[in-house]
Amino acid sequence: MRYLDEYRDGKAARKLLDAIADATTRPWAIMEVCGSQTHCFLKYGIDRMLPEQVALIHGPGCPVCVTPVEIIDQAISLASRPDVILVSYGDMLRVPGSAKDLLSVKAEGGDVRMVYSPLDALKLAREHPDRKVVFFAIGFETTAPANAMAAVVAEREGIDNFFMLTSHVLVPPALEAIASAPDNRVQGFLAPGHVCTVTGYVDYERLAERYRMPIVVSGFEPLDLLQATYMLVQQLEAGRHEAENQYSRSVKREGNPQALAIMDNVFEVVDHGWRGIGVIPKSGLRLKGAYARFDATRAFDLEATTAPATESVCIAGLVLRGIRKPVDCPAFGSDCTPEHCLGAPMVSSEGACAAYYHYARQEAAR
Amino acid sequence: MTFFPECPLPLDEYPRVLLAHGGGGRLTQNLIERVLLPSFDNPFLAPLHDGALLDVDGGRLAFTTDSYVVQPPFFPGGDIGRLAVFGTANDLAMCGARPLYLSCSLIIEEGLPMEDLWRVIVSMKEAAVEAGVQVVTGDSKVVERGKGDGVFINTAGIGAVLSGLDVGSQRVQPGDEIVLSGSLGRHGIAIMALREGLSLDAAIESDSAPVFPLVEALVDEGIDIHMLRDPTRGGVSSSLNEIAGKSGAGIVIEESRLPVGPEVQGVCEILGLDPLYVANEGNFLAFVGAGQGERAVEVLRGYSLGREAVVIGRAVEEHPGVVIMKTLIGGERIVDVMSGEQLPRIC
Repeated sequence: MRYLDEYRDGKAARKLLDAIADATTRPWAIMEVCGSQTHCFLKYGIDRMLPEQVALIHGPGCPVCVTPVEIIDQAISLASRPDVILVSYGDMLRVPGSAKDLLSVKAEGGDVRMVYSPLDALKLAREHPDRKVVFFAIGFETTAPANAMAAVVAEREGIDNFFMLTSHVLVPPALEAIASAPDNRVQGFLAPGHVCTVTGYVDYERLAERYRMPIVVSGFEPLDLLQATYMLVQQLEAGRHEAENQYSRSVKREGNPQALAIMDNVFEVVDHGWRGIGVIPKSGLRLKGAYARFDATRAFDLEATTAPATESVCIAGLVLRGIRKPVDCPAFGSDCTPEHCLGAPMVSSEGACAAYYHYARQEAAR
Repeated sequence: MTFFPECPLPLDEYPRVLLAHGGGGRLTQNLIERVLLPSFDNPFLAPLHDGALLDVDGGRLAFTTDSYVVQPPFFPGGDIGRLAVFGTANDLAMCGARPLYLSCSLIIEEGLPMEDLWRVIVSMKEAAVEAGVQVVTGDSKVVERGKGDGVFINTAGIGAVLSGLDVGSQRVQPGDEIVLSGSLGRHGIAIMALREGLSLDAAIESDSAPVFPLVEALVDEGIDIHMLRDPTRGGVSSSLNEIAGKSGAGIVIEESRLPVGPEVQGVCEILGLDPLYVANEGNFLAFVGAGQGERAVEVLRGYSLGREAVVIGRAVEEHPGVVIMKTLIGGERIVDVMSGEQLPRIC
């Protein structure tokens, strides 16, 4: 199939792997920021084909994983109300809140629906004027413009039974938090290509300069990741620290101006909590101005329903910060599986624990 | 005092049934193995094959049942009626049996347009002719509006096992070659594309079709068939994992050999699905003796339903019970059982 097969070609992959091996003279620790990149590395077995000196550290780029448990509990409490239809991306449904997940609420009779686009949530609001439709709007800069668009359309059409429970997070502040941490091991980043399609990579140039760390914006197919890894290793070996763009078929330096404009009109940047990591300054988005009336946390009386965290062996926070690998967790594959998970990275389709569980459990057993 | 034995599925884990318990993945497996199998424990059920094999008066019968709840009931390439006939007939074929007789139980929701019901029944009638079976008994119930979803169909089927044929996971052994009779994921993707309202250049049609003639052709050609399985719910990955688990063999498949049509691949990429986990309704997996794979493929390709048949892998001694895939770029990974339903990705 065009635009796919050429990025999954075995021969070209071999060449790049050889080139990476030739270029590598010392151990390097690189982080692929996005969970989809982690999954691609493991799904194609690339992680085990790279030279041993190139260590992959899996990043926090799994929006579902970093959504704070308090916000999931708010979604669960909304979904349990008879007057509410809670609408969400599918991936969010199985993530555990402090007591249960959204799929369980659905099984108990809550009206929980899965959509592929926020505009489908608007459609539900038009079709059910007697109900309150709450869209669980999560994600990085990739989903933010489309979710902002939903608010714009709702405002324009005067749809007053539509609300958004938002947990939007931004990548650069998270990279900054990782790079500036005293225990940081990451020496270079593979930056998320889809996020940069929206935002461009000017911010990443600043980060590369400030922390003297190379960054390569990477795509998501096997050859994208291999080429980006090669570019990153070359920079590391040469002692350079630039922001480079491997994913030029999608990413422009300045990003997508329309998408950025609509985000800017609808959202304001705020401090935001990341599950397992903590509050990162100026790392989240909140509905602002005329759009604030769609904010579910203002429109509904959401009492704190989150039970205090109990002792858990789960190391999701350390995994999300790249300090530990999923297989280092004592619960991995035993007490924590995709069917019965202790932490979100085990259920999300972008979670690092799920990637190891589905594709590389053998290795963990060895 | 009434004694109530404790439910073997811990209630604190799942106090209620989830949709994923019916998804064909690990939760379905748990439900079958922890709740159903121990409750009805007997040697006919124990192999958990597509049907039970029963010795009756010197002959061998296969007996199976399946319920059909597909939504929407009409889709490109088929409808719930055709599915209800072919699905059960195919389960019999997977026992190595010629499908003979079917039952038909209808659970109809009040308010269903009579025309829809008629369409379903006519479709079942035509499908029965195509599959060479007769519907010999049945039942119909109507439930109040809102208590059903249009129409649900259950069919049970009886077939006669082809003489001398012994098919079962206990016969799978290292060296067996694994043949897939048709391309992946067409049924599941046809339904998914319709549900999601994807407007495609050409509608993807379900592969829903009776597969017994292909099985019979393999037997007639003297192919030594060890195991058959139609990869419906849960797709090829779930079927292979089940077979690896029960036989104790390891399985290796090659990604470059998997037949996936471009339109199925395209929809999978858009929705974030893996064709290995998507349901099929008109193909099957055959484990055949070492060295017989290519011959089996040749036989299958003589049929239009089998024109995309291919050897996708083999059973091995290493990694017992585990399915490994050699990836397109030369790496290796586990092919896992699906957990929960296949849900779309968000970015």
